[in-house]
Amino acid sequence: MWAYIAKRLLLTVPVIFGVAFVVFAMVRIVPGDPAQIIAGETATKEFVEAIRKDLGLDRPLMEQFVTFMASLVRGDLGRSIRSKAPVSEELWARIPNTVRLTIAGLVVAVSVGVTAGVVSAIRPYSVVDSAVMLVALLGLSMPVFWSGLMLILIFAVRLGWLPAVGTETLAHLVLPAITVGMATAAIIARMTRSSMLEVLRSDYIRTARAKGLAEPVVVTRHALRNALIPVITVVGLQTGTLLSGAVLTESVFAWPGIGRLLVEGILARDYPIVQAAVLVVALAFVLVNLAIDVLYAAVDPRIHYE
Amino acid sequence: MVTATPAVRAETILRPGRTRFRMAWAQFRRNRAGLIGLAILMAFLGAGLFAPVLAPYDPYEIDLEGGLKKPSRAHWLGQDELGRDLLSRIIYGARLSLVIGIIAVSIGVGFGVPIGAISGYVGGWWDLLVQRLIDIMLAFPGILLAIVLVAILGVGLVQVMVAVGIVSIPTYARLVRGQVLSLRAQEFVDAARALGATAGRILWRHVLPNTLAVIIVQSTLQIASAILSAAALGFLGLGAQPPTAEWGAMLSNARQYIRLAWHSVTFPGMAIMLTVLGFNLLGDAIRDALDPKMRI
Repeated sequence: MWAYIAKRLLLTVPVIFGVAFVVFAMVRIVPGDPAQIIAGETATKEFVEAIRKDLGLDRPLMEQFVTFMASLVRGDLGRSIRSKAPVSEELWARIPNTVRLTIAGLVVAVSVGVTAGVVSAIRPYSVVDSAVMLVALLGLSMPVFWSGLMLILIFAVRLGWLPAVGTETLAHLVLPAITVGMATAAIIARMTRSSMLEVLRSDYIRTARAKGLAEPVVVTRHALRNALIPVITVVGLQTGTLLSGAVLTESVFAWPGIGRLLVEGILARDYPIVQAAVLVVALAFVLVNLAIDVLYAAVDPRIHYE
Repeated sequence: MVTATPAVRAETILRPGRTRFRMAWAQFRRNRAGLIGLAILMAFLGAGLFAPVLAPYDPYEIDLEGGLKKPSRAHWLGQDELGRDLLSRIIYGARLSLVIGIIAVSIGVGFGVPIGAISGYVGGWWDLLVQRLIDIMLAFPGILLAIVLVAILGVGLVQVMVAVGIVSIPTYARLVRGQVLSLRAQEFVDAARALGATAGRILWRHVLPNTLAVIIVQSTLQIASAILSAAALGFLGLGAQPPTAEWGAMLSNARQYIRLAWHSVTFPGMAIMLTVLGFNLLGDAIRDALDPKMRI
């Protein structure tokens, strides 16, 4: 397994390099003069020159890339054009918020998804099953940003139960977390259902029932354990959905995370910020995928890596 | 009568009119969810194509006195903050979404299919290079890549269509490559090669037609995700700009008035959801009809 992890890590290196290159190229392939675009049309010549120098755009491309990579390794991501503060400072202020939101979204997705899937699978083709699957289908088709707005409308504006914006308390996290987790919950529910249905038909479940075990024990202790393996795969595949969901959800709830930083950066043409935010999200995505691949081995002893 | 049986069998198999399309349609017709999806999409298509006839008002006509008015007899879905008729704007939004979906998918198919087909058929360093590039593109969650592209191309509706189209290229390339890899090893391809067909002819006449089913299924699902991504970008303020009647941009505008006008945040989102639902149901049903083995 260690050999597999090492191989998987090595395969990740070119991808990370590629991501860094894309981020580097971003500013350089903007049509027109990037320094002028960043500075805005009304900027003075000196200001444009200053930005060009600041970003190193006046040096040869190869040198620029080497400098970029070297400062990246040192963790130096440049300075924000807007706030003049080091980009890394802004990033560190925002990263915990996005991590908190994504993890909370994941908790919602897994707990709601698995429960709904099990409930559906215990009584397949019943009214409950149909209702759960219909809700799951709707959940899948709902745009994240709209479900966020609907939650605000119902629970913050109409009922006044939960706050719509802010990050101070746990209550502030509830609506954004549901928003992030909803689509993934729907996918997990569908997957859990089909996986449970298959497991519940297997011989060892019949044996467990024949032994006289109570049905809840059969379902939770025997069936669910094995049914969850494909679910973990889905959770891994959904990392992207969760992260993208977080990016969009942050805009709905004015949640001060990386996603919002990215959007604000683009609208203000603050390219160092945009570069850094893109880099962080893409890296997180690549590394989480790697972690999940490795995790399979720990969960399912039947999986052997070569 | 030993020879009679195979003759009868051959006749049954070759019965005219029982084409693959008809068989797929017969299968599709039995799928209730698929038919619901089709019905939703016909409504969406109708709204998109006949927007000027169907819309009761001009979607850009401002009526300041009617600002944020709730649904009424005159305005079935209410009015937005500038008093524009929400129903008319949603109908025109369908037209825009249709265009976005078609253009984005055309870009995805137009580039992704040839890239994937050549990559799978030729193999070697070209395949290796393309696969690594795809790895890098897939290292970004879909919407993030679209955001990156918008950051490069600039904010606007056309840029969003291009960005969303580019994002779908790796999906098509991977899909078609996989298909081509398995088709390449089959006997009919060997036969064509033995007959002296060129690589281009084999790909175009023999291999690609066999990948059509997966391309159709993928495209149906991809239109849904293109519409969703474009709406998301519109919502973030990176796509269509006001006053364009685009669903995402409409939501972005309406959210400031969420406390005053529930209708202006509810209906545009519902339109997006129904359209995406329609495409998803239809895509699943087409997949089941064309190839039951692909059912998940």
